[in-house]
Amino acid sequence: MQANAAMAATPTSAVAAAAVVIEGVDKHFGKVQALRSLSAHIHYGRLTGLVGPDGAGKTTLMRILTGLLVPNAGRVTLAGYDVVRDNDAIHVASGYMPQRFGLYEDLSVMENMRLYARLRGMDADRNADLFAELLDFTRLGPFTKRLAGKLSGGMKQKLGLACALMARPKVLLLDEPGVGVDPVSRQDLWRMVQALTDEGMAVVWSTAYLDEAERCESVLLLNQGQLLFDGPPQQLTAQLEGRSFRLENVGAERRAVLTEALDLESVSDGVIQGAGVRVVLRGGAQASQIQALADRAQVALAPVPARFEDAFIDLLGGGPGGTSQLAERLSPVELGSQIAVSCRNLTKRFGEFTATDQVSFEVRKGEIFGLLGPNGAGKSTTFKMLCGLLKPTAGEAHVVGHDLRRATGAAKSRLGYMAQKFSLYGLLSVQQNLEFSAGVYGLEGNTRRERIAEMIETFDLGEWLSATPDSLPLGHKQRLALACSLMHRPPVLFLDEPTSGVDPITRREFWTHINGLARKGVTIMVTTHFMDEAEYCDRVAMLSRARLIALDTPDALKRAAANVEHPDPTMEDAFIHLVESADREMEAAA
Amino acid sequence: MLTSAFSFTRLRAQFIKEVLSVLRDPRSRMVVFVPPILQLLVFAFAATLEVRNVDIAVYNQDAGRWSHELVQRLDSARFITHVRHVDSQWQLHEMIDRGEVIAALAIPVDFSRTIAAGDSGRAQVLVDGRRSNSGQITVAYLSTIAADVGAEVVPDAQAPTPVVVRHWFNPNLVYRWFIVPGLTGILALFSALLITSLSIARERELGTFDQLLVSPTSTPEIIISKSLPALAIGTLLGLFMISAGVFLFGIPFTGSFVLLLASLVLFILSVVGIGLMISAVSMTQQQAILGAFAIGVPAVLMSGFATPVENMPIVLQWMAQAIPLTHFLIIVEGSFLKAMPPGDVLASLWPLAVIALATLTMATVFVRGRLQ
Repeated sequence: MQANAAMAATPTSAVAAAAVVIEGVDKHFGKVQALRSLSAHIHYGRLTGLVGPDGAGKTTLMRILTGLLVPNAGRVTLAGYDVVRDNDAIHVASGYMPQRFGLYEDLSVMENMRLYARLRGMDADRNADLFAELLDFTRLGPFTKRLAGKLSGGMKQKLGLACALMARPKVLLLDEPGVGVDPVSRQDLWRMVQALTDEGMAVVWSTAYLDEAERCESVLLLNQGQLLFDGPPQQLTAQLEGRSFRLENVGAERRAVLTEALDLESVSDGVIQGAGVRVVLRGGAQASQIQALADRAQVALAPVPARFEDAFIDLLGGGPGGTSQLAERLSPVELGSQIAVSCRNLTKRFGEFTATDQVSFEVRKGEIFGLLGPNGAGKSTTFKMLCGLLKPTAGEAHVVGHDLRRATGAAKSRLGYMAQKFSLYGLLSVQQNLEFSAGVYGLEGNTRRERIAEMIETFDLGEWLSATPDSLPLGHKQRLALACSLMHRPPVLFLDEPTSGVDPITRREFWTHINGLARKGVTIMVTTHFMDEAEYCDRVAMLSRARLIALDTPDALKRAAANVEHPDPTMEDAFIHLVESADREMEAAA
Repeated sequence: MLTSAFSFTRLRAQFIKEVLSVLRDPRSRMVVFVPPILQLLVFAFAATLEVRNVDIAVYNQDAGRWSHELVQRLDSARFITHVRHVDSQWQLHEMIDRGEVIAALAIPVDFSRTIAAGDSGRAQVLVDGRRSNSGQITVAYLSTIAADVGAEVVPDAQAPTPVVVRHWFNPNLVYRWFIVPGLTGILALFSALLITSLSIARERELGTFDQLLVSPTSTPEIIISKSLPALAIGTLLGLFMISAGVFLFGIPFTGSFVLLLASLVLFILSVVGIGLMISAVSMTQQQAILGAFAIGVPAVLMSGFATPVENMPIVLQWMAQAIPLTHFLIIVEGSFLKAMPPGDVLASLWPLAVIALATLTMATVFVRGRLQ
């Protein structure tokens, strides 16, 4: 009854115009509340971002919208149809692209498209025009015979999009289409979605990347199953106007400055941006404290436009403090040489395919060194050779002066490694995981007991000792993984996409530790998909088509990409610029 | 430096991790505990295959002494609850058809006369072919009783399966005597194979295998730490089945226990090597389980467990020599029934040692190969 009253109160024209109407939707799985009394409208001709960290309820909502899940309470209509009662009509009115590649990897691009057309009840032979149009739209024309499983991440997403568009749906639902897609392919996806909304389609783009949210016309911001914000992203960022600042050109001291800034009472959030430090003030706070800090560091303080991410962090009550308990306890790293990691002419071939081609660089002690590149550019192959997971076909790699080929054991005992998805033993308890990583690095007796006790205290794991890693909150899980990889005090730490699938608050906490470690002289090697994380790096190595195409500080890379159109390019712009110009050079040479 | 090629601290940490993983993983736990319990239940059930509490119909056309004697004995036979007397052949058929009796005996008019004349009396027996197993056993019992009165029972063609009477010998007992020792080998084979083939694949799914490979631990340490839990569990299962054979099923154990234990350990080690090879090439646990069965089932079929190796084509015979189970079966069956002399045991023991060495070396190569 209440819902009906609410319906009557809204102007009928608005309801008619809405592509999706969500009213008081609740969904729980056992005891887990995935969605709590969610109400929102999604409109035609608009790109609506469904934004929130992992576990916020984005996929659950998506699946309810497509009629794959039935809500426990509330109702949803899509293109005028009730998703529960008119389930069959929903499948016609909506196109859904699931998070994981929902296509048949053993079928070719064309076979997948024909299959989806038939599943939609269309005659695949009579729709040659539509196929040509979709192939042209997705630029997959040259690859129709390739097996779907052999496509790159970006191409898979485009094929998924083509299949979802097959029946010309009124509402297109894309579940995290940007995951595992490099910035170049992502730009392509944006272009296609733009074209679709221009035609009047309602497109829902779910994402955990907050920078993607800014590009949407309207945003539904979810956190822990609750709707925190509904409206144009600019509206949310506008609330933060005048609270974002940047300490310009702080240089070598930027990590210390960030730590100090984050420990200030008036600062709610801060990140490193190249040589600068970007801070966000708490609501109602004055800039006096941060100005004082800028004066002390003798750098300029400039106001900068607010970002969507600032607003999100602010909604959640600000980021963590700046001091890393972990780094505090660490004694400074002493190394014989100033070079912590180096490689020369590093090459890896898999049969005919060259994954890494003659890559050489040196990483200084205490440096945060980033490896970036599009999917399949060879960054993870290079990374794996540097930490001893792959043997190079040619060339050599050294870690702390040890040759990874000859003194494998010696080199490995000097490096720490943390993989994406945390790589913890799910069957073992937290305590047992800690015991294991201490043991496998040969720690014995008192040292072992002290280190484990220290890690438990530093990372506040005391109350979780007998729990399994999977039952830990995300933040604690990440702390445990970090604790395990740092148990043996390695002077070099390898991080392979350490923050993928992690919410911004947890990411901030993670980087606080990493910054602290770097200040103590620990060398950090990191690969990442988050362009804003590349800003934390001292230097970034950019790989494309197996070759090193650029190696410089983030600021220098951005400067090189600056032109009339983009006077102040972002890291993402720089990335796209570098990859595209490297491709052009390759083509010119060939 | 803590980077020697071999360290007991690292080995201990990995061993504890492996044991905990096996015991805490529901899939591994199932592999470890379910098959032996299932086997025991199956064989406890098989023991009740003996026929009890059945009804028999009798159509006695003979009024003589011997037919009377036979019916008397049937009446007092413990496996028969009721003897149902009928007056016509037609009624016999009826009762079988309706399933009221499992077998029916038709005693001809000249039954007593034949026996009195010194010949063997003949009585016709009809068996319910729908219960062929129990029927066969019933016929066997009946013929034993008939033999006591100097008669023969002749099965009627109504039974769809040919009923062999003369070669009857308690089938359950022989079957078990043969099969329980063999099961020792098969149980140990599958548990060791599954535990080890899951071990690396599980870590690969979790992503912890990379974590292990970037640590200073060496390949032999990984192999040893992954072998030990499987070795312990496989040996315990083997011993469990051996003691079940001796104490529960009363199979005479006549060989050397020490030699049997030694060959059990070598046998499991060779299987562990195969399991680790499967695991090293599997990307997921699902692939590993499939791989284990793809290797395990043909190995059992070719080992001589079901069909004698000597009856196979010569090429398969050679291949059978490479299967550890072939050699272990010879030892375990010999130890139970034949009082196999140590010399003969050793003749089958050394091939096991060679196979174990070969598979474990290959497993090390395979695991190291993951680093390429």
